[in-house]
Amino acid sequence: MSRKIGRIVAASLATLAVAATAGCVAGGGSGDGAGSSSTIELWTHAGGNEAELGVITTIVEDFNASQDEYTVEVTDFPQDAYNDAVVAAATAGDLPCIVDIDGPNVANWAWAGYIQPLGLPEETYDGQLPGTLGVIDDEVYAYGFFDVALAMFSRESTLNDAGVRIPTVDDPWTGDEFDEALAKIDGLGRYDQAVDFGTGGGGEWIPYAYSPLLQSFGGDLIDRSTFETADGALNGPEALEWAQWFRGLVDSGYMAQTSGEDATADFVNGTSGILYTGNWADATVRDAFDDAVVLPPPNFGDGPKIGAGSWQWGLTTGCDEVDGARAYLEFAHDTKYFVEYGEATGLIPATLDAAEEIPAFAEGGDSRIYLELANQFAVVRPETAAYPFISSVFQKATQDILSGGDPQAILDKAVSDIDRDIEQNGGYTF
Amino acid sequence: MTTRTTAPPRQAAASDGTGQHRPSRTLKGERTAAAWMISPALVLFILFLIIPIVLAFGLAFTNTRLISPRPGEFVGLDNFAYLFTDPVFWASVRNTFAFALVVVPVQAGSALLLALLVNAKVRGTNFFRTVYFLPVVTSMVVVSLLWRFMYEKDGLINQFLGRVTGGAYDPIDWLNDPVWALPAIMFMSIWQGVAFHMVIWLAGLQTIPAELYEASEIDGANKLQQFRYVTWPGLRQTATLILVTITIASFSLFTQIAVMTQGGPLDSTTTVVYQAVRTGYQQLQTGLASAISLVFFAMVLVISGIQRYLTRERS
Repeated sequence: MSRKIGRIVAASLATLAVAATAGCVAGGGSGDGAGSSSTIELWTHAGGNEAELGVITTIVEDFNASQDEYTVEVTDFPQDAYNDAVVAAATAGDLPCIVDIDGPNVANWAWAGYIQPLGLPEETYDGQLPGTLGVIDDEVYAYGFFDVALAMFSRESTLNDAGVRIPTVDDPWTGDEFDEALAKIDGLGRYDQAVDFGTGGGGEWIPYAYSPLLQSFGGDLIDRSTFETADGALNGPEALEWAQWFRGLVDSGYMAQTSGEDATADFVNGTSGILYTGNWADATVRDAFDDAVVLPPPNFGDGPKIGAGSWQWGLTTGCDEVDGARAYLEFAHDTKYFVEYGEATGLIPATLDAAEEIPAFAEGGDSRIYLELANQFAVVRPETAAYPFISSVFQKATQDILSGGDPQAILDKAVSDIDRDIEQNGGYTF
Repeated sequence: MTTRTTAPPRQAAASDGTGQHRPSRTLKGERTAAAWMISPALVLFILFLIIPIVLAFGLAFTNTRLISPRPGEFVGLDNFAYLFTDPVFWASVRNTFAFALVVVPVQAGSALLLALLVNAKVRGTNFFRTVYFLPVVTSMVVVSLLWRFMYEKDGLINQFLGRVTGGAYDPIDWLNDPVWALPAIMFMSIWQGVAFHMVIWLAGLQTIPAELYEASEIDGANKLQQFRYVTWPGLRQTATLILVTITIASFSLFTQIAVMTQGGPLDSTTTVVYQAVRTGYQQLQTGLASAISLVFFAMVLVISGIQRYLTRERS
């Protein structure tokens, strides 16, 4: 018996050894061969996104041509697989020097020791939108080239027919005005839903889109004075008011509990009177309607709020060529690349200088309103390493509230889950 | 996992047990060859199944995180204590059992019915076999996406029901209704998987010798009696296989939930596996997710044990 097992084990080990050797040989081939300059690896999530990847390639080529000490090498991943790839590489101690990071993950990755402060001169970031910097304890860990803004879209004809005032950035709707507007638009009988908040969306869309509404009511995802508890912020009277208002929209029939797969397409096809989404919908909406208007989100008491923080660039802790990586990041932080990003993606350029050079975002341009929204109303998602957990809890809580659960019980449970997680992680202190 | 291995050949068993007579050279050579042939599967099995299971056993008693600078610490039974007070976990267990309790008998029964139908010697059975089998070869993610559209409030299913009832039917928002979401997913899952088990039943049906039917006919048995005394006893082994595979498949319900409802509305469709994945990857709590997996492992082990006992060979 034991001899048989011994034979099987021996054969298995041999097979494993052969497979492992083959793997190493196959994997080791690409490492060497880059002449005298040292190689800096750069990873991006932009795989498959030609516009964004094109700009990254341009910057890298310019940088490589500008000096001969370093060569930056781009590896692109599809967005869905990117975070997993980074986490796996970090676990294996195999991170590249430069990575891009989704804004809300910056704090978590900094806490986990994946990334370090950029260490670029302070004045580098002059005129940069605050939402596009990953700042923790006054240190910049990441900067981004662009941001997106949340806004509401409607048609002038719809609002005029309903007899509703068209709000502006300086004079947005109050919460009452907004509810009244919904009632009047609903009264037109033209639309299945008076407003489409994109409730069919899931994942990170939920905290990105709905926590600003919560913040406008005066609540928040976490108590930002200490980042140690969500008690009072996420389950206080303001948060409860937000929850009741949000579910109320479903009860009164102004909003679908789960809207369609593509809220923008539904709006363009005339199923909703007002669309709440990001400025990525701008082109589609303007193409469809000559009288499209872009509205700021309502002020529910604490001023209008919108989310902030898109993909940003960071420097990893295990990087062997910190100087080279810094040189690249400083080289890339150039107005002309911000302009290229803005033109290629249509998103908001992250510096005011770059905005002036893109007609749509310059003073008086069609898209200027997004820059103003981002500049005046943006609230970054909490810069705490607990964020991924908070995000997951808030997603579930919001969906439960929209499904008609008891809001106070749901928010209390969310708070206790978040507090338990923070406590278990020793307060997520650095 | 899906096929029951039969007992090893008697010859090998005898020569192994007592070592009364030395194995011949050819036998030894065959054994070495067999060891080589098993080895790739065994390596994969150990690497991707045994090692993770052992790791999960260990991690379940720690507070290890997926992303964290702090090493995991031993926390004893904390994870389990938390789980057993967590209403979402109990909802997951409830839903998982409810799903299995409905899906196992209904899917096995419908599959048998379909198998009997397509086993009939009439024209066009091949066509129907293919039609029934189409959902099986379609990816579950694709099926779930399509059914999510069909279950929408103004989707295909409600439109159809409205037409059939002449407007008397009040549309149900299937996946947004805590009462209907799980039944809707059950129905879709059965529709998707039923033909796979139909094929297995069919294989079982075709092993029953035609003489038995002829003999029973001569004895004056009617169709129902034939099924009761010839077909059903002949399908005993097949039934066990089908029972075990459907049970395991329905306990590991995940894809449909992840695509269609994400556990909502109000926890009415969350399942144990879905909660484990959500806890482990979205909330980064590797330790707690391991504890959930461990409980799931124990659950499936007990159920399989009971099934083995109930379907054991009685001589």
